[in-house]
Amino acid sequence: MQLDVKLKKMIGGFQLDVDFSLAGQRIGIFGPSGSGKSTLMNLLAGLTSADSGHIRLEDTILFDSSQKINLMPEKRRIGVVFQHAHLFPHMSVRNNVLYGWKRTRPENRRIDPELLFEVLGISPLLERGVISLSGGERQRVALARTMLTCPRLILMDEPLSGLDENLKFQIIPYLNRVFTEFQIPLLFISHSMLEMRLMTEEVLVVEKGSVKQKVATEELARSSWNYGRQGYVNLLKFGPSTPHHDLYMYQWGNTNLILTESGEKEENLYELDAREIILFKRHPEATSARNLLTCRVRQVYMSGNRARVELVCGENLLIAQIVPESVRELQIEQGSEIIAAIKASVFKKIF
Amino acid sequence: MMTLSPQDIQAIVLSLKVATTATIISTPLGIGVAYLFAFGRLPGKSIIEGIINLPLVLPPVVVGYLLLLTFGRNGVLGHFLDVFHVRVIFTLTGAVIASAVVGFPLLVRSIRLGMEAIDPAFIKVSRTLGAGWWDSLLTIILPLSARAIFAGMTLMFARSLGEFGATVILAGNIPGVTQTIPLAIYEYTSTPGGDQMALTLCLVSILLSFTVLLVSEAATRTLRRR
Repeated sequence: MQLDVKLKKMIGGFQLDVDFSLAGQRIGIFGPSGSGKSTLMNLLAGLTSADSGHIRLEDTILFDSSQKINLMPEKRRIGVVFQHAHLFPHMSVRNNVLYGWKRTRPENRRIDPELLFEVLGISPLLERGVISLSGGERQRVALARTMLTCPRLILMDEPLSGLDENLKFQIIPYLNRVFTEFQIPLLFISHSMLEMRLMTEEVLVVEKGSVKQKVATEELARSSWNYGRQGYVNLLKFGPSTPHHDLYMYQWGNTNLILTESGEKEENLYELDAREIILFKRHPEATSARNLLTCRVRQVYMSGNRARVELVCGENLLIAQIVPESVRELQIEQGSEIIAAIKASVFKKIF
Repeated sequence: MMTLSPQDIQAIVLSLKVATTATIISTPLGIGVAYLFAFGRLPGKSIIEGIINLPLVLPPVVVGYLLLLTFGRNGVLGHFLDVFHVRVIFTLTGAVIASAVVGFPLLVRSIRLGMEAIDPAFIKVSRTLGAGWWDSLLTIILPLSARAIFAGMTLMFARSLGEFGATVILAGNIPGVTQTIPLAIYEYTSTPGGDQMALTLCLVSILLSFTVLLVSEAATRTLRRR
């Protein structure tokens, strides 16, 4: 996907002034609330029009104030999934999902509805009314509805923030599967770093109505100290677990990790807070922590009284967050060997 | 003994005819005006709103008189219609126009409330799903305000059944031509010995209104269940 945007829009006292080009399949628009993310989304979808500028998607001009071009939303072929599902209450689930499909030209219908329903797990819901659906189901139906119009680009505006904590991440595997399977470019809008890391490869950071930087998602996560109260979170992807005494063992690259939680699914994602990793200069012969990993330091960087140490453990990368005093005492520097101790209980399951 | 004279039956039929025609003719216009009020950003909206709502607060006789001035032979519209040999004064058309004008604000108000209750996001979603403006109106806005439209139609129908003041001035009280139930009752009460007949027509009126209420209630329930 190639998207070129240069827009200006005044709303009340707020000015949105953006100028960027995007190429890629999964891009995030990241920023705090009130930064102009949703305004930008409405402008891209054609739901509001800008004061000046242009929007080009591939070789189509969607908006150009100098040429007086402003395609109506229904002509742009840009799909939108809003924060709330907004399923039409007077239609069944089936009529909801097929609403856009019926309005899509036959030559543009690239997605087989039945296959999509299967992938999103909504086949059993089709004959029901929309009132009886749970939050996660509603959001999946809304996604299917948008997907079936086979848009050239899908905008998702905080699609997970309307869901409660438990459900939030259950939908992510569905999203990943759908976007991989059907190859539709995604513009994912969120203020959550974790969601960004799970859904996107590259991020546009928006602040106070303008684009601050364009950066790889992981790069942004590693270098930002202020987003979220958690600090950096390592995301670990495992296959299914095998029992290990009364704990569970997961293969992680060429090493094994011991966790307290079991994982039966094909893919299990855990988060590991960088602050939960304890570093030792020499191997502590015995410790209560179940995981002792020999690592090599790749990089150390600091911000105020915090330091992040990038560790290479076999073929994996891990980031530990400690204090600068420890860095000095342990003489941690690029290339030094170090032991990371991680308790079995500090891994938090995402899905 | 309660019996209906042929003139009474004519009055009942006329009443139903006037109320039905007025409601059916006004509904598309009412939907349009309500849409403009609910979603449009037209200049001078509150003034237009005031003019449309005026019949709600004005004495119907005043409305009737203004209509008489407008549709009279020397009135703006009357003069124009005269060219096509269309007569409004003292005709069934006049009765329909009087009812329509008096009932219109009720219709618009009800539909407008229903439309304003629709989450605008539904309309946005339908547009991004490929529905044009008309498509969105027909498949999202109208179905979602169906109950309000129906409620407005019921209100207007009931109001038309009872319309007296404007009708008597614009259409007169001609038995068999423009004499609806209220006008017939009025005539009976001003005739010596007409009390019994007036009461009979009153009962018919109550029965009709009650039926309208019941039908409306049942229809609303069905619409809600969908």
